[in-house]
Order: sequence, then structure tokens, then C-alpha cells
Amino acid sequence: MGKNLYQKVWDDHVIRKLDSGQYQVFMALHLIHEVTSPQAFGMLRDKGLNVAYPNRTFATVDHIIPTDTQARPLADEMAEKMLQVLGEATAEHGIEFFAPQSGAQGIVHVVGPELGLTQPGMTICCGDSHTATHGAFGTIALGIGTSQVRDVLASQTLAMDPLKVRRIRVEGKLGQGVTAKDVILHIIRVLGVNGGVGHAYEYSGSVIEAMSMEERMTVCNMSIEGGARCGYINPDDVTIEFLRGKERVPTGAEFDAAAEKWRSYASDPDAEFDDEVLIDADDIKPTVTWGVTPGQAINIEERVPKLEDVEGLEKNLVTDALNYMKLQPDQGIKGTPIDVAFIGSCTNGRLSDFQRVAELIAGRKVSDAVRAIAVPGSEKVDREARALRLNEIFEAAGFEWRMPGCSMCLAMNPDKLVGDEICASSSNRNFIGRQGSPTGRTILMSPIMVAAAAIEGKVSDAREVFSLKGEE
Amino acid sequence: MAGESISRISGKGVYVQGNDIDTDRIIPARFLKCVTFDELGPSLFHDERFTESGESKNHVLDAPQHRGAAVLISDDNFGCGSSREHAPQAIQKFGLKAVIAGSFAEIFHGNCTTLGIPCVIASDEDRKELSKIIENDPEASLDIDIEKREIVCANKVFQVSMKESAREAFLAATFDPLDELLGATEEIKAAAERLGYA
Ligand code: SF4
Repeated sequence: MGKNLYQKVWDDHVIRKLDSGQYQVFMALHLIHEVTSPQAFGMLRDKGLNVAYPNRTFATVDHIIPTDTQARPLADEMAEKMLQVLGEATAEHGIEFFAPQSGAQGIVHVVGPELGLTQPGMTICCGDSHTATHGAFGTIALGIGTSQVRDVLASQTLAMDPLKVRRIRVEGKLGQGVTAKDVILHIIRVLGVNGGVGHAYEYSGSVIEAMSMEERMTVCNMSIEGGARCGYINPDDVTIEFLRGKERVPTGAEFDAAAEKWRSYASDPDAEFDDEVLIDADDIKPTVTWGVTPGQAINIEERVPKLEDVEGLEKNLVTDALNYMKLQPDQGIKGTPIDVAFIGSCTNGRLSDFQRVAELIAGRKVSDAVRAIAVPGSEKVDREARALRLNEIFEAAGFEWRMPGCSMCLAMNPDKLVGDEICASSSNRNFIGRQGSPTGRTILMSPIMVAAAAIEGKVSDAREVFSLKGEE
Repeated sequence: MAGESISRISGKGVYVQGNDIDTDRIIPARFLKCVTFDELGPSLFHDERFTESGESKNHVLDAPQHRGAAVLISDDNFGCGSSREHAPQAIQKFGLKAVIAGSFAEIFHGNCTTLGIPCVIASDEDRKELSKIIENDPEASLDIDIEKREIVCANKVFQVSMKESAREAFLAATFDPLDELLGATEEIKAAAERLGYA
């Protein structure tokens, strides 16, 4: 019987069974950032422990970093302190730190892959739930808590329970204007926000195979929103070609050997899965959220729920979500006016996201009623976008082009919604208060849908706004 | 070992109703700006408890009759969203010692376990009944017996469940795995070398 990728990577990295029944698993790569790691260094200090494998640990700063100016000291004292503590701790322990203006700083899940630190067959962890992003390369990539960050710093291992694996096959061909973001929003809508509990998701099928690495990262990124512990895609030619030439990837004969090894992690043709789901590409349309969880989503042609259609506790949830979003039951989502448009985050803040949008918005204007910002996911993305003069296209259209960081994905830096502003956002979470105002509202969608909303001043169908027809 | 085993938790309960209560609600992101977890208690569920100008919204956690509660009761998929350990840390620093829910998000569950906060799974009916009991008698004590997988409250016994590895870890005092992990230095070195990460 063949093995799936999860089993192969797991078997490679398991060290032993622990008394609790969990397993001790070696972590190939540990990424850290300023929000969840400073406390872990404090815990190490309290116990008199050292970092076991500083060479397998890499740090960046993303959540708290302002995107208008990074002049030090940062205006927010607490943010400055966090940045300082991370800088000191990484220096003390000999950990490489991609500091602002180093040329490599950026959102942790953008930085790892673009440097080639993320490689197939690895176990990867980070004190951040969107670590699942790295699964796009065929890794077991886990978000962990700060005590676990401490465990990994001290031992390079984690105590873990094995997961079940659900294969999600997305078959067919996506229509024009239907993107990777729509695929994952659709999957979450179908399987639910806790449909993935206890599982790793393997995304496969012709739609996934046809995706670029950046699109695959968008899909894997939101595995956690579907309740899965992680998500992955089998390494293939696309993966290998993406990694070729990346800064931290071997070259020449060493690369060929590595590539062969990487390929060997892909699920065997006769691998078994605990569960399998088939998704038809024809069912996927541009998808947007209407509520306060990523699962409360509909496609752009649909209407928000009618209260008669839901029962029990679900009715309360739907009512609360609609009230919070200030939407009427059974109203169409298309046409909902927006105040803010945000393109960025570890879900959709990569070069191809900005390239695609730039093609569409060139020569057009953002609605006067909309504040629009574009935030590259890393200094490298920023550099490459500028080299292509994408920033100029965005600026000419009325977007602000910002410095790299998490920005308006969450409320830990100055980019925030104000009052009950409503934001068309390419990020991954529409939770209550997520974008910085306790009454702020978020509608998740793909970058091209954000662009369409920005131009029209209301939630719109990108296929109509940009005259996209037929198959992608 | 990690210290004392945890086999029983007793105390007053408080019911925070709702499915899918995410960690952004448990501790809003702006409170993540900290370099230690020590001051997080007062910010638990902050935006649900206080208005923007800091006035109390009379949230159930602040109801005088529930002051000093040790057990938080909620519904399905509790703790979903961000992996921030700030959420269970805030729960613990607030004074709560256990959480009862219909189900838990996994990272949150793992974080709670490491901190010694048992996550107890109870059925819809049982949670409804428990919340009724504490509504009528806020002083009622919930006695969680981890060994027997039951809660005794108002002379009634409720059968509950827990993730088995967590339950064993509480009983064996191995819920904080660090010491055990550090006990395998040689095996870790061997794995690093075998995998080419040394
Ligand atoms: S962009 Fe958003 S989701 Fe991604 S790491 Fe930053 S805050 Fe988290």
C-alpha cells in the first residue's frame, strides 16, 4: 500500500513516541516573528535554556510594522519594543533576522517561500496560524502557540498527534475571473469552518495542478479557515521550477539531487486517504463573504441567507452576522457599497497578485468614495513590482502603494478600519473587529474582485467590470 | 516533569454563548502587543465587555454573580482563528481554569493543554443544562473529574469527553512536554543528521 505525502513526511521526521501518547517530531524549519516569539525567548531565559538549532530558525517582522514609514523608533512604543526584543533575542541566539530594509523583510509566509527556505518534504512551524501556506510546497506546515515556539527553540521538536488526511480533488477548468482565492473560499463554504478539524487537507486534481506556486499558496494559506490543521499540495514540476535559482536552494548537481528527493514525497498513486471530497470547477464562481466567518460566503450572483432557510442556533448566528454586517436578509451581495479596498496579506500579497490586478486597472480610477491600499507582502515583492512599474499603475489608479507588512489584514499596525467602515479585502479573515475597528466590516474576496469593488465603489463582479469571459 | 498533575477542577461556571468564538474575540489583536503574557487577564473578551470609550457593556463575564468563576462554558468550535497563545493565556490570567465547549479549534486546544487548561467536550443538551443551572444558581460548583470524564453539578452527573492524549497528559503531569522533549537530545541530533539539517 502506498503512502500519502503527510505520512511520508511524518515518518521521516518522527523521533519517538512520548509518554502522553503523542509523538516527538523534528522540525526542519522554524520561522518566527515579533508577535508570538518574544514571550518564548523570555520562557527560555526563565528556564536557563538555549536555542538548539539557530541555523534552522529564521525571523522576520510583519504584524506590527507600519507600512507608511518605518523610521525608528516606531511611533507606537509597544511595537518598537517588540521589534527591539526580537532583534536582541535573535542576535543573542545567532538567529538570522530579516529586519526592515534588509531587502528580505516581509510577511513570514511570503518570505520563507520566496527565499527558498521552504522546501518539499519539510516539517515547518511558526507561531502563526497561516503557516499552512508553506504546504503549497508539499510540506507539513503547522501554526503553533508560543509555548510550542519555546519547545521548538529549545529542542527543534514538537509534541504532536498524527492527523487524518482528507484529499480534496478540484477537477475541471476554472472560468475567467475565477481565481485560487475563489477556489479556497468555495471549499471552506462547502466543507465548513470546522470541517477540517483533525485533518490535513491534500489539495489535488486538475485545477490545483494547473496552478502556479503563488496560487497554490493562496489555497493552502486558508486551510486553517476551514478548520484543517494544515494543507498541502504534492510537489511536481511547477514546484521544482519555482525553487530553481532561489537564494537558499542548492545549485547544480545538488539541486538535481534535491529535486529528485522532493518529488519522492508526493503521495503515491495507490496512497490511502481517510476521506475524499470532489469539487467541480464549474461550481466555483467569484466568491465573497457576507458574514463574520470565512465560511459565511456566497458567490457574487447569490443573495445573503433568508432567515426562513436556517434553523436553531444557526439562525442566531446568521441573524447576528447580518446585523453586524448591516445587511438585510435575502439581499444580493453585489452592489453593497464599500469604503476601503485592501490588496495584500499572506493570502494575496505576492507579485502575481499585483501583476494581475495591474493589468486590469491600468487606465482606470478607484471610486472617489473608496480609500484603496496595495501592500506588497515583502521587500522582494515590492522591489520586483517596482521594477515592473506596477506601483505606478496602482498609484495612477488611485491606490496607495505601501511598504511591506501585514497591514490591514489585522489590527496591530496603524492600518485600520475606522468606525463601521466596510472593506473589500484580499486577506483571509473577516472576524468581528479583525481589521482594527470593533465595528469594522470585512468582505473577503480575490484581489481582482477587490479591484473591481474599488473601481465601482461597491461589491461587483470582476468578470463584468473587466469584461472577462470564457475560460481562464 | 511539568509539575503537578491535574485531575480535578472545581468552581463556579460562566456561560459565554455562541459557536465559532474566535481568538480575535477572546483577545483582540491590539492586545497582542506585549513581550510577556502577564498583563492579559483584564483584556479577555475586551471588545465584547467594553465600549470603545471603556464603559462596561454588562457582559456576562462581568456580572457580579459570576465573579470568580473558574469554568468557562461555550459552544462549538471554540477558539478558532489565530494561533495566538495570548487567548488561553488571557483566559488563565483572568482566573479561569477549564473550558467546556461542544468542540475546540485545534491550535487553541493544544495551547490550552500546554498551559494546563483542560478543554472538556460536552454535548449540546448537557451544556444547555449546565448553563441553566448556573443561571438559576450562579454559586453552583462544577466539579470536573478528568479521571472519570465527568462533571458533577447540582447533584447531577454529566458524562463528558476529552482528547485522550490531553487527558493522559493532565493526569500524568506531562501536559507541558518540554522536559520530555529535551530528554531526547541524542535522538534529535541523529534525526537532524539523517535529514541533512545538522
Ligand atoms: S498577513 Fe494577516 S494572516 Fe498573514 S501573517 Fe500577517 S496578519 Fe497573519
